[in-house]
Amino acid sequence: MAVIELSGVNKVYGNGEAEVRALDGVSVTIERGEFVAIIGASGSGKSTMMNIIGCLDAPTSGNYFLDGIHTAELDEFQQAQIRNRKIGFVFQNFNLIPRTKAVENVAMPLAYAGIGRPERRTRALAVLDSVGLSSRADHKPSQLSGGQQQRVAIARALVTNPVLLLADEPTGALDSRSSSEILDLFDRLHEAGRPIVMITHEMDVAERAGRVLRMQDGRIVSDVLQQPLGGRALAGAQ
Amino acid sequence: MSLLESARFALAGVAANKMRSILTTLGILIGIAAVIVLLAVGAGTSNAIKAQIGKLGTNVLTVSRSTAVGGRAGAGAQVGASRTRSTNLTLDDDKALTDPVLAPDVARTAPIVQAQSVTGTYKSATHSVASFLGTTPSYFAITNSAVASGALFTDADQQAGNPVAVIGNTVAADLFGTNTSAAVGQTIQLNGQNFTIAGVLGAKGSSGLNDPDDIVVVPLSTAQNKFTGYAPTLASITVQATSADVMNQAQNELQMILDARHRVDASSRDYQVRNQAQILTTATNTTQTLTILLGAVAAISLLVGGIGVMNIMLVTVTERTREIGIRKAIGASRGSIVAQFLIESLIISVIGGVAGIVIGFAGSAFPIIGVQPEVQPWTVWLSLAVSAIIGLVFGVYPANKAAKLRPIDALRYE
Ligand SMILES: Nc1ncnc2c1ncn2[C@@H]1O[C@H](COP(=O)(O)OP(=O)(O)OP(=O)(O)O)[C@@H](O)[C@H]1O
Ligand SMILES: [Mg+2]
Repeated sequence: MAVIELSGVNKVYGNGEAEVRALDGVSVTIERGEFVAIIGASGSGKSTMMNIIGCLDAPTSGNYFLDGIHTAELDEFQQAQIRNRKIGFVFQNFNLIPRTKAVENVAMPLAYAGIGRPERRTRALAVLDSVGLSSRADHKPSQLSGGQQQRVAIARALVTNPVLLLADEPTGALDSRSSSEILDLFDRLHEAGRPIVMITHEMDVAERAGRVLRMQDGRIVSDVLQQPLGGRALAGAQ
Repeated sequence: MSLLESARFALAGVAANKMRSILTTLGILIGIAAVIVLLAVGAGTSNAIKAQIGKLGTNVLTVSRSTAVGGRAGAGAQVGASRTRSTNLTLDDDKALTDPVLAPDVARTAPIVQAQSVTGTYKSATHSVASFLGTTPSYFAITNSAVASGALFTDADQQAGNPVAVIGNTVAADLFGTNTSAAVGQTIQLNGQNFTIAGVLGAKGSSGLNDPDDIVVVPLSTAQNKFTGYAPTLASITVQATSADVMNQAQNELQMILDARHRVDASSRDYQVRNQAQILTTATNTTQTLTILLGAVAAISLLVGGIGVMNIMLVTVTERTREIGIRKAIGASRGSIVAQFLIESLIISVIGGVAGIVIGFAGSAFPIIGVQPEVQPWTVWLSLAVSAIIGLVFGVYPANKAAKLRPIDALRYE
């Protein structure tokens, strides 16, 4: 079963003269274990699609199945649960909660999942360790560098062990050294078998993925399987 | 997610903005403290009045001339009006009331005459007396009055019309200073006439509304001789029933005797009988009205405090829109966002409530306008409940506003 299945998805903002077709009949299927990069010009609808995949937004029309679940049939509470348990979302601007320690930021999704405090802390510390930040667990976001903040955000996205990791320009706000650290982290996560969908503007970033979707004017105009830079097997061949 | 988790997030939210939280809390604090103190003042006043009336005795009836008759005279017959004027309360009425056969439930009576605007003078000190009475020694027994120093005047003084006076504590303190016992045996002038002070009454204490110690009592005959003249008219007759249980019987006996003597019936009475229970009811009603008014003022300040809480919660929600978006993006449900912000406003107002109760107790420890406030236990519970309700009521709208936000809109909020 595909982890993501979009069929004929439209997203229209505004109406009449001011109408914007951000997504125009997008259909795509992403399987387990794939590492997909989405590229395209600014305003081509990449973030719009990602927000729909992440259940942060709903399509104007069309169907979206996540892990076999028809998302349009979910109520608000169930959607919150999907975001909590099935999806890990990494944002370009980190979106950590200010004045809250790194470990508490990471543990927060577990709180909404109803997991007790001691277990939350143990699990959050373990994930922080896996992104190489165990020494910064008690730092607030304002006391961390951009790269470190993004790694905290990735740890937060991973802590609930989601079926899917989504990243909207995760390296967009970082210098090249921090960027490659983050991308190495994604490579490792992909190696561990987790499906990743990542938006990027940079071709060298897209080269790391096994599959590249190019968007233009709300449509997917090309869908290419490629040999990832690291030399791993083609995602489509698995 | 459990309420406990929401409470933790809420607590962190309150702590993140300490100064603002404290200032918001202040609004509730002032309102609650005002409610507690003002209701305590109301209760203190009403208890002081009850205590004072209790000291006068619960088995005392007062017969006084009715003022209503004069007003009715114009509409009634001329004869009735003139007769009314000629049959004021007299010493003979007073004697008739002690008839053991017709009035078996009356223990004793005291006829009273009064003079207005009497000024006492001792050397250079002067005092304007609030209450100047001429009566018989039985008055002291009926009103439970005892001397702190000196002696009460006697039946002999009354018969001889001696110029002796028994004065209240306030009068003595004004004329002779704090050592009131120095007054005994001294001669003072009352409206220019010499009186020897026989004794100083023990202090009864003020109720805040009037001062029962601002009094001068002289023998009835002396008062008539020097102030009111020998007209047989009395201001009132104070009657003591044999016990508090027979007040109604005693009142009926008084009315039968006086109706017969004045040739009136229930509809045309030219006098009125009041007992302490009625006075108590009137006084309590007055203080109740006062308490309600004070409470209303305090309630308004609470309302203002509640609006302050709502205002700050709205600011908080707007300010933390992105945070709300992040929380929703990582899986916060609508319910847990509502709970978080509702508990936040609850914490602010309940902390305000508890602090208000503490301040209210502290403020009620001292007398206010001569009344010792008495904190009523129920006002404490009421205050707690009210502050919690304020937190909930004024928190619902902001909390809902926060929870309603779509995650994508909240995340995009600048
Ligand atoms: N809330 C909105 N209201 C109206 N129009 C919107 C809204 N969000 C996006 N759009 C429009 O939808 C189109 C697609 O936007 P989207 O954010 O998906 O672009 P993008 O591909 O992510 O661009 P970028 O690379 O610059 O992030 C744009 O033309 C944008 O103006
Ligand atoms: Mg974008």
